[in-house]
Amino acid sequence: MGDSQYSFSLTTFSPSGKLVQIEHALTAVGSGQTSLGIKASNGVVIATEKKLPSILVDEASVQKIQHLTPNIGTVYSGMGPDFRVLVRKSRKQAEQYLRLYKEPIPVTQLVRETATVMQEFTQSGGVRPFGVSLLVAGYDDKGPQLYQVDPSGSYFSWKASAMGKNVSNAKTFLEKRYTEDMELDDAIHTAILTLKEGFEGEISSKNIEIGKIGADKVFRVLTPAEIDDYLAEVE
Amino acid sequence: MSIFEYNGSAVVAMVGKNCFAIASDRRLGVQLQTIATDFQRISKIHDHLFIGLSGLATDVQTLYQRLVFRHKLYQLREERDMKPETFASLVSAILYEKRFGPYLCQPVIAGLGDDNKPFICTMDSIGAKELAKDFVVSGTASESLYGACEAMFKPDMEAEELFETISQALLSSVDRDCLSGWGGHVYVVTPDEIKEKILKGRMD
Repeated sequence: MGDSQYSFSLTTFSPSGKLVQIEHALTAVGSGQTSLGIKASNGVVIATEKKLPSILVDEASVQKIQHLTPNIGTVYSGMGPDFRVLVRKSRKQAEQYLRLYKEPIPVTQLVRETATVMQEFTQSGGVRPFGVSLLVAGYDDKGPQLYQVDPSGSYFSWKASAMGKNVSNAKTFLEKRYTEDMELDDAIHTAILTLKEGFEGEISSKNIEIGKIGADKVFRVLTPAEIDDYLAEVE
Repeated sequence: MSIFEYNGSAVVAMVGKNCFAIASDRRLGVQLQTIATDFQRISKIHDHLFIGLSGLATDVQTLYQRLVFRHKLYQLREERDMKPETFASLVSAILYEKRFGPYLCQPVIAGLGDDNKPFICTMDSIGAKELAKDFVVSGTASESLYGACEAMFKPDMEAEELFETISQALLSSVDRDCLSGWGGHVYVVTPDEIKEKILKGRMD
């Protein structure tokens, strides 16, 4: 590949017009654990696989889905440590907005600022892009919203989306199953079924994580007991 | 003599029934000398949000320009107008940034918020917000304004009556203050329209 000669420096375009480091970052995302999100008529759900490297790992201590504000949550596919850094920066930006305007930050504004941070790391010296794509789920005055943010810094609003290892199967499944007037509980069932599609092994409340936000505008990560209830309904 | 009294000013805002009024005097002086009789102290941020600034005239103008700048960027980014409460928080933050070298102004903010509920507030020159349900005053004539408003104000006035009340309160207060006066500038804002009127009082 002639492009590989241009993959050393982030700030150098290859002759084909690509920034090869970003392509590599997207590959890192594509080999990460599957995560997905669905926007319902009255809320948003995000979910991810939580495959741990060994049965000795204390799975209750691993939290892949995180709050950014009380009404915005996020999940990732790709490199966990990079996700931690982005979550920290986003939380700070959200709090700065709140401190300035005494008003909670709208979802689009937070997504834009997070995407700007990710873009800065594609145009600065001595840094590499983030190896994560984020799914940001929130509910504000404009209603339920779901955004995906990529390592390049581009962001998209989705009705339903998936990322990571099983992305093409998951997206095909979602395309078939998604309806405009879906309610939040239906969306959670669909999310579980989509995860199940490409799941290696037995799906249980210990190896997936689900976060949801409804019209109450409070983002919550479901407890294992609640996930078990939904899993039972899906069977 | 205090620097806040260098130019002379009087600003007042009042709440009515689903409307508000904001008024100011028109004199710009340099201590005892009158320089202009058409000085603009009240400015529109958007159709349902006004800010009146009293105090040192140069800071009045600069602060207004900074606030319009911030609001225009907000409108472009967020594709909506700022709510009055949000704008008041922004003004407070901007004033506090200069805590140890402040803008020598006292803002009076008046707007219609969600559901066309009137909102007024004032703050000191370093951003201490003071919300009120009835009226707020600021400037060299503030003490007279407090007295006049307290006596003349009634809750839930309609736009016509609110205009009369705020105009009388302003004119009688600036007549007791040598540094403010030369007429009045009144805005009465309802959900559908903005009425702007110039008052002729004692032209001194």
